Amino acid sequence: MSSSIAQNLRIAAVLLVFLVLIDVISLAYADKCICPPYRNISGHIYKKNVSQKDCNCLHVVEPMPVPGHDVEAYCLLCECKYEERSSNTIKVTIIIYLSVVGALLLYMLFLFLVDPLIRKHDPYTMPLQNEEDSEDVRPRVDGSQGRGNTVLERVEGAQQRWKKQVQEQRKTVFDRHKLLS
Amino acid sequence: AEMDYGTTISATPTEETNDAGNLMDFLDEPFPDVGTYEDFHTIDWLREKSRDTDRHRKITSKSKESIWEFIKSLLDAWSGWLVMLLIGLLSGTLAGVIDLAVDWMTDLKEGVCLSALWYSHEQCCWTSNETTFADRDKCPQWQKWAELMTGYTEGAGVYLLNYFLYVLWALFFSFLAVSLVRVFAPYACGSGIPEIKTILSGFIIRGYLGKWTLLIKTVTLVLAVSSGLSLGKEGPLVHVACCCGNLFCSLFSKYSKNEGKRREVLSAAAAAGVSVAFGAPIGGVLFSLEEVSYYFPLKTLWRSFFAALVAAFTLRSINPFGNNRLVLFYVEYHTPWYMAELVPFILLGVFGGLWGTLFIRCNIAWCRRRKTTLLGKYPVLEVIVVTGITAVLAFPNPYTRRSTSELISELFNDCGSLESSQLCDYINNPNMSRPVDDIPDRPAGPGVYSALWQLTLALVFKIVITIFTFGMKIPSGLFIPSMAVGAIAGRIVGIAVEQMAYHHHDWIIFKNWCRPGADCVTPGLYAMVGAAACLGGVTRMTVSLVVIMFELTGGLEYIVPLMAAAVTSKWVADAFGKEGIYEAHIQLNGYPYLDQDEFTHRTLATDVMRPRRNEPPLALLTQDSTTVEDVETLIKDTDYNGFPVVVSHESERLIGFVQRRDLILAIKSARQKQDGVVSNSVVHFTEDAPQIPASNPQPLKLRRILNLSPFTVTDHTPMETVVDIFRKLGLRQCLVTRSGRLLGIITKKDVLRHMAQMMNQDPESIMFN
Repeated sequence: MSSSIAQNLRIAAVLLVFLVLIDVISLAYADKCICPPYRNISGHIYKKNVSQKDCNCLHVVEPMPVPGHDVEAYCLLCECKYEERSSNTIKVTIIIYLSVVGALLLYMLFLFLVDPLIRKHDPYTMPLQNEEDSEDVRPRVDGSQGRGNTVLERVEGAQQRWKKQVQEQRKTVFDRHKLLS
Repeated sequence: AEMDYGTTISATPTEETNDAGNLMDFLDEPFPDVGTYEDFHTIDWLREKSRDTDRHRKITSKSKESIWEFIKSLLDAWSGWLVMLLIGLLSGTLAGVIDLAVDWMTDLKEGVCLSALWYSHEQCCWTSNETTFADRDKCPQWQKWAELMTGYTEGAGVYLLNYFLYVLWALFFSFLAVSLVRVFAPYACGSGIPEIKTILSGFIIRGYLGKWTLLIKTVTLVLAVSSGLSLGKEGPLVHVACCCGNLFCSLFSKYSKNEGKRREVLSAAAAAGVSVAFGAPIGGVLFSLEEVSYYFPLKTLWRSFFAALVAAFTLRSINPFGNNRLVLFYVEYHTPWYMAELVPFILLGVFGGLWGTLFIRCNIAWCRRRKTTLLGKYPVLEVIVVTGITAVLAFPNPYTRRSTSELISELFNDCGSLESSQLCDYINNPNMSRPVDDIPDRPAGPGVYSALWQLTLALVFKIVITIFTFGMKIPSGLFIPSMAVGAIAGRIVGIAVEQMAYHHHDWIIFKNWCRPGADCVTPGLYAMVGAAACLGGVTRMTVSLVVIMFELTGGLEYIVPLMAAAVTSKWVADAFGKEGIYEAHIQLNGYPYLDQDEFTHRTLATDVMRPRRNEPPLALLTQDSTTVEDVETLIKDTDYNGFPVVVSHESERLIGFVQRRDLILAIKSARQKQDGVVSNSVVHFTEDAPQIPASNPQPLKLRRILNLSPFTVTDHTPMETVVDIFRKLGLRQCLVTRSGRLLGIITKKDVLRHMAQMMNQDPESIMFN
């Protein structure tokens, strides 16, 4: 496997392990029984932390408001629901999602505002606009260098290539309507 | 430097493991090598199959050499299962993340949970400590925005403020979604299923299943669904799962270098996608078999099932809905249905078929408008306008204000005696003491009638707005809106039948099976049948639809009503037009998808082959008399994808076929690497070099890139057979000969154009090769 694949695999593995671990710890479960008014007893909501097999009226409704022979009739009217939540999973998921959206927004702002300022010296490079005749306008300054030696230059090269790809995709989908109507 | 054509494990520069630790290798541009395909072209299925057989044979023969080779062969055999496991895990995880985030963000439009900011409305209310029965619906920890900002809960000003903030949030979410799609991954828009169908039939769309598309599709799907638009997440989830499949394929050279094997993995990934969308593993496999895949060998069946199960299990362990179920609208019924109820079920099927036809026709017309007129130039504005209209019209009606999944869940659920919603405002008998799941039929209270009015308005609204929503430049699915339309119609019919059965229980149609005081009619079941009918009318699914619906409801008792509705809706819809929504979109975009319908016209191969009478003659290469310069001129002047190679221009007997891309790469590499190759060098495809004087430049041998076994048919072969050959073998082109002499060529595009012409469609709409 080449190193890029190893990197991807590592990222995926970390994410999966993280989510599964968070799920296992701190599970909160509860059973909620709603009992309507019965004869002269007013309705009540009972909550108790029981497992799913104990989720029924007999285990959750405590103290039982009716005498023993009426218990069955009373319990038939009650509706019990079991729910299991892991609040940590929810919290972590929402935080991860919002941070991803935030990172994408920041990158988008960077591409729109900061990047053109950096690349002001190259008048032909318009990274996000669509050009009708773009193919040969740009002088291939970056491409002819081939493999840059420093990490920064290679990152730049990769980013330029990615931008070109996205621009092609945008032309296909948004301008020429060739794909995806 | 000969080009490797036949061997499969070729060491190309990017794949060599360099021990010097070039960590940044993935940043460099990969070299295109022989055997890969160009963007927007079709693969050669036979070549991929033979490459895989070669690779397998090589591994098997090497495995006898040493223990290490044997272990490597075992790993190779098991890599398929490992890929399925990884796909299932990642798809399940992403689906769980999407479900949790959608839950939260949908409720964010209306208010926020004060005790824990990341809880949605339902999760917040679950933790509330209300104890009295009358307070069972109150939830003080969750406050609407107006209440948070002003402190009041009632009043016109509060209502307007809530309205305004709802619309504002919806616009913000959809604007964010369309901007992200536009800036980072334009391929992430739409449903994805028509394009995946085309990819699985052999088409190449580079970047459609890439990492950025995966990331952006996941993120923007949440935003699009949360903004209240009338779209679902099932179709995009299939796309997400296929992107995961593509991602893991790149880990193993068995799949990354063979486009045919890769498509087997993608078929299984599509099954995993539907499995997590509906919590229906078997339905997912059948959906992949019926709707999405083109070739589906039996080996793929077992592996798809494995991937679907792993995905469903992963999603279940994340448990996004708190009840250990995979979909929000899981219901479990045990009430029986009666034979007389088949009549309204079949009526619902007819409604589903009619709605399906209407939707397909209107949506395709609108999408065609978007493709060709000024409407397509303003995608961001279009999304914002549609979101604005949807939000403004949806807020007043409580049934459209909430998310569509919640609406379907409420419609599917039967009314217990403790429900306090308007739809369940039945007049209860105070002396009744039956358990909660065996309530007899009751007369409807005023709440039910007003709910019926609101539901009818919601039905009309959803029918109209979905036509304009599906196909916009954000991820949009179609399953949930169709099911909502069907569920609303079904519930209305169900309540009507229930009230008729209650008030007129002495009519002859009810007397036999419905006693007063019994629980005869379950309106929730009618909603389910209606949902199945509408979904079937739009997508024309058959078995997979029924299986998905009964996996959703956990009851085999309802197979007959579901099948009756699905069959009726398919028949009614097929009477108006043969294609489902996905085939219609494929046709609209002109993808080269050869569908499985029969070709019944009596044309011959001569009628379709090129060149026609008034066209220039076929562009040929000879086996040993063409120069490098001639080849380059030919490549420059024409744009054909390949050239036949004949013995000589006089005899025109066929030797083989050579691909354009292979020719370009071979000549370029030969000019760079081999000595003595100039424009006057003779190109020969024979085994031995031709007899030439010593003063002539070095000849260039290109036998390696020649396909010595191109498919040929004679000119009198009926087109029926030719279409069958193309479909079954996945050919790209086929040569036409007469008495051994080459006459012409038929490409897949010609076949598609011919079929379109025979069906009186526009043959010029076929765009791709």
